[in-house]
Amino acid sequence: MEFLLAVAIVVVVAWFVTAPLRDRPSRHDDEEDRAAAELAALEARKKAKYREIRDAEADRASGKLGEEDFRRLDRELRAEAVAILKRIDRLRGAGERET
Amino acid sequence: MPVEVRHHDHGASQLTLLGSALLAAALIAGLYAAGAAVQGARRHDRRWVDSARRAVYAVAGLLTAAVVILEVAFVSDDFHFALVADHSSTTTPTFYKLTAMWSSQEGSLLLWAWVLSLASSGVLYMTRRRHREIVPWATAVLAAIGSFFIGLMIFKAQPFARLDPAPAEGTGLTPLLRNPYMAVHPPMLYSGYVLWSIPFAFCVGALISRRLDASWIRTTRNFALCAWTFLGIGLLLGSRWSYEELGWGGYWGWDPVENAALMPWLVGTAFLHSVMVQEKRGILKVWNVGLICGTFCLCLLGTFLVRSGVLQSIHAFGASTVGGPLLVLIAVVAIGSTLLIVTRLDGLRPERRVDSLLSRESIFLVNNVLLVGLATVIFWGTFFPLISEFFTGEKHSLAAPWFDRYVTPLGVLLVLFTGLGPLFAWGRLSGDAARRLLLWPVLAAAASIGVLLAVSDAGGHPWALFVFGFAAFTLVALAGEFRRAGATRRALTGEPFPRALATAVGRNRRRYGGYVVHAGIALTLIGIAASSSFQTNRDLRLRVGQTAKVGDYTIDYRRLSADPRNERIAFTAQLDVTRDGKHFATLNPARNYYPTQDPSAGAIGRYFMGESTSEVGLKTGAGGDLWTAFQPDVSTLNPDIVRGNRMLANAGPVAQGIAIDVLAQRYAQHPPPASFRVIVNPLVGWIWIGALIGVAGAVMAGWPALESRRRLEAAYRARLGRELGAANPPA
Repeated sequence: MEFLLAVAIVVVVAWFVTAPLRDRPSRHDDEEDRAAAELAALEARKKAKYREIRDAEADRASGKLGEEDFRRLDRELRAEAVAILKRIDRLRGAGERET
Repeated sequence: MPVEVRHHDHGASQLTLLGSALLAAALIAGLYAAGAAVQGARRHDRRWVDSARRAVYAVAGLLTAAVVILEVAFVSDDFHFALVADHSSTTTPTFYKLTAMWSSQEGSLLLWAWVLSLASSGVLYMTRRRHREIVPWATAVLAAIGSFFIGLMIFKAQPFARLDPAPAEGTGLTPLLRNPYMAVHPPMLYSGYVLWSIPFAFCVGALISRRLDASWIRTTRNFALCAWTFLGIGLLLGSRWSYEELGWGGYWGWDPVENAALMPWLVGTAFLHSVMVQEKRGILKVWNVGLICGTFCLCLLGTFLVRSGVLQSIHAFGASTVGGPLLVLIAVVAIGSTLLIVTRLDGLRPERRVDSLLSRESIFLVNNVLLVGLATVIFWGTFFPLISEFFTGEKHSLAAPWFDRYVTPLGVLLVLFTGLGPLFAWGRLSGDAARRLLLWPVLAAAASIGVLLAVSDAGGHPWALFVFGFAAFTLVALAGEFRRAGATRRALTGEPFPRALATAVGRNRRRYGGYVVHAGIALTLIGIAASSSFQTNRDLRLRVGQTAKVGDYTIDYRRLSADPRNERIAFTAQLDVTRDGKHFATLNPARNYYPTQDPSAGAIGRYFMGESTSEVGLKTGAGGDLWTAFQPDVSTLNPDIVRGNRMLANAGPVAQGIAIDVLAQRYAQHPPPASFRVIVNPLVGWIWIGALIGVAGAVMAGWPALESRRRLEAAYRARLGRELGAANPPA
């Protein structure tokens, strides 16, 4: 009984694990996945950059950052955020053109 | 009292074979996962990567089934399983039957592999559509590590080893491990070790694929935080067990296995801080990859130390055959990581410099040096016996005073920087702002030192005095941060202060959760400094009815009672404690005697020639603990034991039970003088309270933000809209 159970488990596991290999490779799906992954990474970077901007604002409001230092840092961070947004828009635009 | 031996008839249990088959299938699946992931990475073929991920899920499923089989065997007393026979018995309480699995080498390896498979499955599921270049390599690394531990079990330490015929009774769980803290300590510790493999694997994936930005850090941050938290909880539980169970009154003995868990926690703490610097300033990239590789190596080292027998420890399983392979794994990880880092140095260049010494990143740098310095000192002290043996041929150990001498100054400085870090801003803190922000914390430190010098003998303990002063600095600094957060928001919104504070903290849980952790650390270090520097410790020898004075307390030994049972005999002392003439507490320290299985000890003697454990008498308060342990003098029973062994050698268990009962009760009525250790431990409870606050802060820092949950919901709604639109295109 336990032997049959072990054999059944092995068969099920093998079927489950090899399922993706039974799909045909699709270049289109591959490129779409690549773009989606790139977009997700950029979204994460954007979120992190927004957090840094908010942290700098909080530090200025609480008096940790002087006005001049805050302006310099804020300028830097916003420039980096804009660069990320531009890359996101470029990727989204490329995706829409494909569809 | 001895019991009638029951004969279990489980028939020929084939479940041991099923368990072995599950391990074999898991090994094959794990090796396949590693190979398929590498194939997918090299050929950029998504199908192989997906197949590898499914194989990791399969490993998790197979190991879960294996764990279930083993736990059912423990609970049902199936002594066909050698593990169950060696570590459990019919009289072991059910809770300890469930936790006995990881009291053994074999079961703990299964726990390690199982937790790793679950964590790997979780992170691979979360990243199944992200990090296309990194994830395949991370999958390969995680699968390879898992396969290693499964292979260790199959070839060196089989948890499903079978006994045929099965014995009628098991050996039972080691008495020292029959403690709730020790039951939960191993899963916490192993979860900590295992979860560090996640950021390590992603770091390796980032290095191999040369995706060297901070994306892998963001993805694995919460796993790193969980690893740090679990490892911290494991350390906390272990030290509490030592305090309550080992009978020496201490919570940390600089034991090699204790140190082996502390080192990755320290280096991991450094990593959690310095990755923030990399994210915000683009620097410390080489340092961070080095730190995470070092942290994981230290986790493997901790796993190795407890199983190899190279260093003596009360925590170790003892010498075994798994030490050699573990050492090979550590060498492969260390050398492989170093080669990867060296060959990727060009991609790990800093993007900026540190602009100012008055900045958070500078403080974090110093903090990192202190933490890694601490870990280095502890590493040297822990491995000195092996180092000295290598060079001189003799093993020389370094005891607690050596560790205290070199660890204390670094620990004291760490308390200070725990408070400085939150005060400083990223980038640059102006001189005026620095003066304003430091004023109250510095005044608090000075005031606390002044008061302590005036009202106590703290001046005789300078390091403790510095800890109290720097901890006051830290706590006031952190309170100021929370106050500023609430005040700033109230100024912007007009909300009442409590609501403004709650909103400000809720919107930046990562920052303020971190501050709560810092507060917990400061409180813990206060507890450590006070209890180690101002402890009163006396060893007494008292007869029933005698009293003794320890510090401000009068200890009155009132009576001794005996409680003989099947699985052990307990002798309990009743101590009435008064302070300033008033009743303070009644303490009941006990000594438990567990029977040995060795028949040569005799029917009566076996109870006094087996293992014994202490149950401490403890009165806990905010100001400190009164701790007592008790050692009765059972040598006076020897003539009765010898006579009883002779007369009852062929008697049945009922007669033996009655004899032991009579012996124990007679001893309790006319006990000889007993030995007591009494310790007054000021503020020791703050160690545990501070640690729990730290854990709460870590949970707060890692809790997903409401904003990201809302975004997740919005993303699902958008997807639904798209897919509905695709299903019903416009005519």
